[in-house]
Amino acid sequence: MIEAKKLVKKYGDNKVVNDVSFKLKKGKITSFIGPNGAGKSTILSIISRIIGKDEGEVFIDGKEISSWDTKELAKKVAILKQSNHINIRLTVRDLISFGRFPYSGGKLTSKDWELVDEAIRYMKLEDIQDRYLDQLSGGQRQRAYIAMVIAQDTEYILLDEPLNNLDMKHSVDIMKTLRRLVDELGKTVAIVIHDINFASCYSDYIVILKNGKIAKEGEVKEIIKREILEDIYDIGFDIYDIKNNKICVYY
Amino acid sequence: MKNKRKIGFLFIILVILIIFFLVIGLNSKNFEYALSRRIPEIIGIILTGTSIAFSSVIFQTITNNHILTPSVLGLDSLYLFIQTCIVFIFGSNSLISANPIWNFFMAVGSMILFSMILFRFLFSKESHNVFFIVIVGMVLGTFFQSISSFMQFIIDPNEFLSIQSSMFASFNNMNSKILWIAFLVELLVLIYVYKLLPNLDVISLGRENAINLGVNYKKVVKKMLVVTAILVSISTALVGPIIFLGLLVVNLTRVYLKTYKHYYLILGSMLIGSITLVGGQLIVSRVMNFATPISVIINFIGGIYFIHTLLREGKM
Repeated sequence: MIEAKKLVKKYGDNKVVNDVSFKLKKGKITSFIGPNGAGKSTILSIISRIIGKDEGEVFIDGKEISSWDTKELAKKVAILKQSNHINIRLTVRDLISFGRFPYSGGKLTSKDWELVDEAIRYMKLEDIQDRYLDQLSGGQRQRAYIAMVIAQDTEYILLDEPLNNLDMKHSVDIMKTLRRLVDELGKTVAIVIHDINFASCYSDYIVILKNGKIAKEGEVKEIIKREILEDIYDIGFDIYDIKNNKICVYY
Repeated sequence: MKNKRKIGFLFIILVILIIFFLVIGLNSKNFEYALSRRIPEIIGIILTGTSIAFSSVIFQTITNNHILTPSVLGLDSLYLFIQTCIVFIFGSNSLISANPIWNFFMAVGSMILFSMILFRFLFSKESHNVFFIVIVGMVLGTFFQSISSFMQFIIDPNEFLSIQSSMFASFNNMNSKILWIAFLVELLVLIYVYKLLPNLDVISLGRENAINLGVNYKKVVKKMLVVTAILVSISTALVGPIIFLGLLVVNLTRVYLKTYKHYYLILGSMLIGSITLVGGQLIVSRVMNFATPISVIINFIGGIYFIHTLLREGKM
């Protein structure tokens, strides 16, 4: 389990994350939602040690994040950030093989390559595995990055706006894949997401952040409620039950 | 496999050039004298070419930018500043400025110290990025240059002469007394970096991906910055500052080898760096009869290539 206790992150005097505590439940998808600048991405970066925290503690399977060996932690937690510009020319297969680095240290064994192939199959990238990343569409590239995370074979997968700039088909594809990762492989997934209907349809648990604090958290049906969302986003909401999903209309 | 063949090809070219360099113009009367001059010269040229290429590859990886070279950190101006300081404080006849080996270690030591301070600066806050490094480096570089030229103005003109030779890149008055020390240091650095090569491959994916994949980013970057400082001291101490060579060589290597693996990138660029310098020196000394210094030619070609790279990057 990942547990954050009283996290604080300051930029200058501005507390972008202010006294945030939560637990990521095992085997569930947890979505972090909230207005821009609420500190969602920052929190994800802190619990994956991409950036440091000013106060508070993060426990990953009972051990504080700073006392983890960085290589061992890379076998436990994987993060995919939203802006993923890579400066070198790589094929899809090269990129995915980097996911095995924590295990192989750069010299991939045949077992590592098997897992790379498995990740390629899982994300249906067989046809484009030898193409260069800069020749791919946004959706294909995002699938390749997610395949790298799958090859990393971690218990926890953190994704920062995985649907950014994707069309509906690719967004649905990716959310379904995440669902499969949780249901079939027993992973624990946390995502930062802006589309509230995707959060409502695919996640188990939702954490709402506003101004660096947790405004509300709970199961989907407890959170997707008119009065809560109107209060958070300052716009009108209508919520309908369609095919067992709660769908928000706010346009 | 393909890359291995390309590296082999480069190696053969280098060997041919070295043979030409050593053999042209030899006859039974002069060969003893000529070889006693040419062999140290070629060793120095290759050491310079390899250390410039090596340091540029590493620096581009840790800054995640393909148009930077270590000279943006002001490392070569620092070297001149140290030399000026030594003469200014101790005089040109003192042990530390007259003994090249002492002088070399003094310079390497202070450059390592400087790079550590710079590292402190850069990584004190997460928000500092590549542009911050470039700006700090340029400011400090200009600062060192101005201070050195100020000190050069006020010292005895005879003392100034002893600094002057280290101010301009030249293979003809190479500092050959430190050849063996430089060779040894570079070899040690190579062995040291060899163990960290896979980490460098991962760092070229960018900071966040590297941390995600379990590379101790801060520690590796710090080590590599120190390595860069040592390598720059070697090349500057041997011949003086050659600004555009690193940029030229590393980018040619990237175009030629088309790989992200540092094992090939470093090996390839070290070979191309040596080929450029040996070939260039061959042309300058045997064809053009020393009419133009090689650094002028390299900076001319390198400068054109730099502008070309800038324009191409701008279009993307």
